[in-house]
Amino acid sequence: MKKLLTLAAIAAMAFAGAAQAADYKKIKIATEGAYAPWNYKDSSGKLIGFELDLAADLCKRMGIECTVVEQAWDGIIPSLQAGKYDAIVAGMSITDKRKKVITFSRSYAQTPASFVVGKSSKSAGFKTGVDRIDLTTVEAGEKAAIADMVKEFGGKTIGVQTATTHENFLREHLGKNITIRTYDTQENLDLDLQAGRVDAALASMSYWVPLLKTDKGKDMVAVGPGMVGGPFGHGVGAGIRKKDQALADMFSKAIQSAIDDGSVSKLAIKWFGFDASAK
Amino acid sequence: MNWELIQESWPVLVGAVPDTLLLAASALIIGFALAVVIALMRLSANKPLWGVAYGYVYIFRSTPLLVQLFLIYYGSGQYRMFLEDIGLWVAFREPWFCAILALTLNTAAYGSEIIRGGVQSVPWGEVEAARAIGMSRSLLFRRIIFPIAMRQALPGYGNEVILMVKATSLASTITILEVTGEAKKIIAATWSPIEIFIIAGAIYLFLNFIVTRGVAMLERRLNPLHETAIKDVSAGADIH
Repeated sequence: MKKLLTLAAIAAMAFAGAAQAADYKKIKIATEGAYAPWNYKDSSGKLIGFELDLAADLCKRMGIECTVVEQAWDGIIPSLQAGKYDAIVAGMSITDKRKKVITFSRSYAQTPASFVVGKSSKSAGFKTGVDRIDLTTVEAGEKAAIADMVKEFGGKTIGVQTATTHENFLREHLGKNITIRTYDTQENLDLDLQAGRVDAALASMSYWVPLLKTDKGKDMVAVGPGMVGGPFGHGVGAGIRKKDQALADMFSKAIQSAIDDGSVSKLAIKWFGFDASAK
Repeated sequence: MNWELIQESWPVLVGAVPDTLLLAASALIIGFALAVVIALMRLSANKPLWGVAYGYVYIFRSTPLLVQLFLIYYGSGQYRMFLEDIGLWVAFREPWFCAILALTLNTAAYGSEIIRGGVQSVPWGEVEAARAIGMSRSLLFRRIIFPIAMRQALPGYGNEVILMVKATSLASTITILEVTGEAKKIIAATWSPIEIFIIAGAIYLFLNFIVTRGVAMLERRLNPLHETAIKDVSAGADIH
């Protein structure tokens, strides 16, 4: 009798699994379409960007038919919950706060944060001993790099977009030594950096690298180490409803294989100009 | 409604009240002095003086304060080299200077019109009487015209003070963390606009309650006769 029950349970689970997998033959993916080069629109209004190429690749790997829809950023999580689409692929950082509401696939991108200063600034040549620091664990190397930043930027004003992982970093590690000025948009921060009202700005390299190539960024230069981990979050992943953990797992598997065979790196270099793939 | 968030946030917002008050007070004090000068220019018979004052008032009353603020803040950023050459960049570099400058220029335009109205409402008989006893022009202005004009202008100016207290919220758009700036910062981190803006709104309500009471008290002090006159009229009405 006990055996029979177990068997029945296994059969039920297998059946449920099959039914669920069948559910994911066709899914809708939401993106913002306003966050170049991650996802944005070309002059004809077509959605393009790193994440559009990546989504196409991942869907092929998963054997799923995907449709990409556009959704404004402020409603992107509520609409996922409401079932308007099944996944968010929109440059969304995996944070503990968002994890309370939705689940995430493994990360596909990890873009280091970096300081940018004016080319004529005294800090234009600022370097720490290392090019990249991971703040997941703060040990001697990270401490030395942060001490270098304190020495370089002590007493200066640093601008940052408000309520970002970058602001969290500044408050946590440099808060006592610098003046932090917060901006509602990155564009306003750029203007004040150009005007010299802030001595340096902190943001993601995925934003800086394309900007520095344009006319607007020609007098700016990225300095110091690239920073990841700790206050900067756990990379960028696909956001999925908690009850669709199976779909999140499918995404994770596809992302892992795309990272392993170098596809993500290739796409990142194409769109960002540097390898922003997660490791 | 998240009461915990309200409890956590209101001390932060109340802590930003001194910044709001500093912005409003600086703009109102400097703006008042400027407003008197502009009002006199507009009342003067000298055509160029009149023209400058007219143009100034026209421009600052007819464009949004937000646009003026952005022009001063981001505009000065574009002319940094020039401002550095004439030594003004030290001031324009600071968001506080730009905010107080924009608020001051704006309130001076409105204030000058209120004062002009007050001066023009001074009864001609009073001026004639003062002249008759041989008062000089400046004494006439100091003793007769200005005090009467100010009493007439007070209710209108009270309005302007309230508008300025509220207008300081625009300084939040150029990185100043006064009450609205702090509120926007907390909202960006908590995604809870309702709770935070209710606290911010209540703070402005309280500040302007104080302003309203203050102006009413000042009116009573400056116009004691006016009040007894009203009482007499109402007393008279009772008898009939």
